[in-house]
Amino acid sequence: MALTPQDISRIANLARLELQPDESARLLTQLTGFFDIVEQMRAVDTTGITPLAHPVDTIQPVALRLRDDLASEPNDREANQKSAPAVERGLFLVPKVIE
Amino acid sequence: MSNTTSAALHDLTVRALARQLQQRQVSAVEVAQHFLDRAQAHQALGAYVAIDAQATLAQAQAADARLAAGTAGPLEGVPLAHKDIFATRQFPTTAGSRMLAGYQSPFDATVVSRLADAGVVTLGKLSCDEFAMGSANENVAVPAVGSDAPTPVRNPWDTQRVPGGSSGGSAVAVAARLAPAATGTDTGGSIRQPASFCGITGIKPTYGRASRYGMVAFASSLDQAGPMARTAEDCALLLSHICGPDADRDSTSLDLPAEDFTRSLDTPLAGLRIGVPKEFFSDGVAPDVRATVDNALKEYQKLGATLVDISLPRTELSIPVYYIIAPAEASSNLSRFDGVKFGHRAKDYADLVDMYKKTRAEGFGDEVKRRIMIGTYVLSHGYYDAYYLQAQKIRRMIADDFQQAFQQCDVIAGPVAPTVAWKLGEHGSDPVADYLADIFTLPASLAGLPGMSVPAGFGAGGMPVGLQLIGNYFQEAKLLNAAHQLQQATDWHQRAPQGY
Repeated sequence: MALTPQDISRIANLARLELQPDESARLLTQLTGFFDIVEQMRAVDTTGITPLAHPVDTIQPVALRLRDDLASEPNDREANQKSAPAVERGLFLVPKVIE
Repeated sequence: MSNTTSAALHDLTVRALARQLQQRQVSAVEVAQHFLDRAQAHQALGAYVAIDAQATLAQAQAADARLAAGTAGPLEGVPLAHKDIFATRQFPTTAGSRMLAGYQSPFDATVVSRLADAGVVTLGKLSCDEFAMGSANENVAVPAVGSDAPTPVRNPWDTQRVPGGSSGGSAVAVAARLAPAATGTDTGGSIRQPASFCGITGIKPTYGRASRYGMVAFASSLDQAGPMARTAEDCALLLSHICGPDADRDSTSLDLPAEDFTRSLDTPLAGLRIGVPKEFFSDGVAPDVRATVDNALKEYQKLGATLVDISLPRTELSIPVYYIIAPAEASSNLSRFDGVKFGHRAKDYADLVDMYKKTRAEGFGDEVKRRIMIGTYVLSHGYYDAYYLQAQKIRRMIADDFQQAFQQCDVIAGPVAPTVAWKLGEHGSDPVADYLADIFTLPASLAGLPGMSVPAGFGAGGMPVGLQLIGNYFQEAKLLNAAHQLQQATDWHQRAPQGY
């Protein structure tokens, strides 16, 4: 599979990563090398195989739980915002989103 | 301190330390101080990324008080250090990333609080590859204690070599006697491979046994916590406290009661059937590793076990399958790092999207960016079925191969890695070289099976070689029994690197 510089820039945009030109060029080479080893996987016949999400599902059904929708955590806003880059009056600050 | 001198404290196992502490032959404060001193004396290894002597000694004092009051937990006063991927209230949590430099978690990971409940005292946080992505502990973006700049961790058996990864700091701390034990996490081999490279014992339990709550997420369907120590018996003791259901906080946590994994350590191995997969003994395995592993298997035969030839035909496929699934899940998990609620934020930006892009460009290292790119690509419109879904289907085939194999054997044995630890910088800028070296740990990770590394002797340059043992689901006690019996018959696990 041949990746193009346009692919790299499209993926970087989806991943919200700003790449320098030399970084993009390096990633193009490295990802192309990586997808070479992926090719063998694409040739495997997987007709009728169910994808495995929780590994223990190999031997027994595993139900993913949801807990009841109840407030169970104490309000600890100060501790939770201690490592935030920008906070004012208990609110997270972000650049203007709506004009 | 009647029966011990402080010089010998760091040679004691977790079990022996726990006993001496319970018998009040030594205090928790003395033990903690001894390991803090050693951590400082050997900080050139780069094992620790956070130490706070005051916090540790306060925990030790509280442990001594409980020992005096008769309210001590089973591991009261035993010091242990955590891989810096576990959230801890009293120490910063960075996951080895610039993105989380200085981050203070408001809560403890379940694994951390479970061990604290048993009485464990925290010595500090240990270096790891950034977001646990790496096999050499060279992808580190935060400085080690005593250093100004980010430093790779060094292997105490040869400081020009890597310790393995991603739990490299954990393996080095235990091997160099800077902690009697440590926690690690294993996504594709991150407990087993550094344990092998550093000559210690480590186990990853069945996926879902240990809570992932408070473990900085890498690949959620693979990540598992486990102990790293010098002996299988210590691993069994610690694993018994680490595992247990966490229904409200980890939706993939299994509803299985906590177990005493030490219960069958002494069971004789006569009649044990050890499966030897031919794919694990291919030409790709270095001759010194192969000879060392073969020799360990002969020890098992002397103990009454029989070797059975088995096949895990999709071993090689596990590399692309893993390196599709893990980056896919990582790209999703790491989308939370956007410079808003916690972590790094870029200084200059034009608007919100620009802030995201610059924040992530500055905060993530090269390997993390690579995996985010791979993951984003394979999950993107038009590629999902061909890559991610295909990988999840082959993942089931790999897991089914193990079930076939376990019809003929009780445990599976082979090398952990194709070589001993390589030189720092040797894999250079070729990430695929690191990926290929994970070949023997990835299959059990994809299948979610318990796996461990047990010291098996020494290969080229006197570097340690680990024997990998893989068990069927929930068979941790059997694995630990097999490892313990080998350690009763051999002394490889007792060797210390020179100077430590």
